[in-house]
Amino acid sequence: MIRTEDLTKFYGDRCAVQGLSISIEKREIVGFLGLNGAGKTTTLRMLAGLLAPSSGRIEIEGRDMLAADAHRMRWRIGFLPERPPVYEDMTVRRYLDFAAKLRGYDAERVPDRVHEVLDATALAHYADEPIAWLSHGYRQRVGIAQAIVHDPALVILDEPTSGLDPVQIVEMRTLIRSLKDQHTVLLSSHNLPEISQSCDRLMVIKDGVLAWAGSEEALSAKLGSPTQVVLELVGDAARMEETLHRLKTEKAIKTWTKVTGSERSEYRLDIGATPAEQIAKATHDAGLGLRKLAPVAHELEELFLELTKEAA
Amino acid sequence: MTPTPSDRDRLLDRDGPEPQARSAAHPSAVQGILLIVRRELGHYFRTRSGYLIASLILALYALLYNVFAVGSTPKYSNDILSAFFYFASGITIVASLLISMRLLAEDRQNGALALLATSPLSDGQVVLAKYLSGLAFLFIITALTVYMPLLVFVRGKVSLGHLFAGYLGVGLLGAATMAIGLFGSSIANSQIVAVIIGGVITVTMLMLWMTSRIVDGPLGEVIAQLALHDRHFRPFMDGTIQLSSIVFYLSVTGFFLLLSRNVLEGRRWRA
Repeated sequence: MIRTEDLTKFYGDRCAVQGLSISIEKREIVGFLGLNGAGKTTTLRMLAGLLAPSSGRIEIEGRDMLAADAHRMRWRIGFLPERPPVYEDMTVRRYLDFAAKLRGYDAERVPDRVHEVLDATALAHYADEPIAWLSHGYRQRVGIAQAIVHDPALVILDEPTSGLDPVQIVEMRTLIRSLKDQHTVLLSSHNLPEISQSCDRLMVIKDGVLAWAGSEEALSAKLGSPTQVVLELVGDAARMEETLHRLKTEKAIKTWTKVTGSERSEYRLDIGATPAEQIAKATHDAGLGLRKLAPVAHELEELFLELTKEAA
Repeated sequence: MTPTPSDRDRLLDRDGPEPQARSAAHPSAVQGILLIVRRELGHYFRTRSGYLIASLILALYALLYNVFAVGSTPKYSNDILSAFFYFASGITIVASLLISMRLLAEDRQNGALALLATSPLSDGQVVLAKYLSGLAFLFIITALTVYMPLLVFVRGKVSLGHLFAGYLGVGLLGAATMAIGLFGSSIANSQIVAVIIGGVITVTMLMLWMTSRIVDGPLGEVIAQLALHDRHFRPFMDGTIQLSSIVFYLSVTGFFLLLSRNVLEGRRWRA
């Protein structure tokens, strides 16, 4: 679907993106993560055709997007920059009509398509209001609507939830997930839970270099220690601690720390090479209820920090 | 009906035949340019700024027509027309700069330029569309002044040729100044800076006739020929059409449109 090879961008002497080679398949939602100044926006702007790379190659559906006449192929892409590119003097409907026709959507079908997109982005109620009257959240929706109104193959969203309140973020997340049915989506965000919940795959960029690409689970497996487990027990608190002391004395576990609770407690253990079954049997033999015994799932924030630290 | 995903896949299948639907999904440059021109003209008629500029220009026309062209002393009809086109040229220069300052700078300021820059139109086509929209608005305002020279018909004789030549000159001067203003707008990030850049270039080109008087020889002649108003506009003002002047104004227009396009293209490389 989309492929870059050795994509590099210099601003003067400063290298913003260096040798970026990525590949995104059809109908994927890919999250682009990185700290401020990591090169996310520069990369997205290059993919959207807004910025020319210093060197490298961008292919969308096998077509070279840096060829002299590549601008004609930009209708395949829908782009929402950090600031929605809206004309405030137009009503939402007129604006979407303009955006669709500008990208060459069949003029006869534009009214129906605009109607569909207004419904999909929950803007129907505001369709005939000037964009100048809309709140930031609704302008952001208009921004997404203009990015999809011409039914592009690839939708690029740069910080789509920036400045939205929690309710709007949840609604926006649902909207972004719904795009997957018809589009390939590449989005960047500082909002890590949003990336975690919206995307199939992550790409982490640091100092203009791709630091990681893969699923959140794969990232977790890469960075998380496989010997760290979460143990959740139900029963007498004193007996729980006694059991864990015994396991440590027997060297079945290396360390244990209590995370929460009393009668229903959560512990984090380093079990080393001990089979998890042995831990489960020990708790059972002690008459404790085993609610959970699972590898530690790293939060995305934690993984992200570890990854950027690792890359440094 | 929206194309289904499978339709779209077929549409984008690089190995397949060139799909018929692509022509429908690909805008022609002319359609895209006209779409932008319509949007921009709509902006002038939807917002106060358009009416404000038009009112200001027409009020200036009316004032200067009564004070300087008609005046209180009897004049020949031709002299009235020449005076009318003389001040019309000045008003047109100011109007062009006021209209053009927002053409690209405003879109850059509010972020809307990204919509045009990621559209299937080339930078040159975007520049042309913006330019034509500004020029169309200028011509609409200018067309509303026709009644003034026509009033001379009431008590005098007016040559229609003079009228045509005068308006042609005003139109060409406006076209050139609009291109200069658009260039300012392509460079600047704010409308104020845009109008200052456009104004400085225009005033410099207007003042070249003075410079030519203090430079001797062929260089002085070259400088005089580059002056925006003096040698090239006066013939139109007096009812004469000079091909060299038409070529001059069209060249200035083309030159600054080309520069504007290069600025837009250059911005893709810089930031």
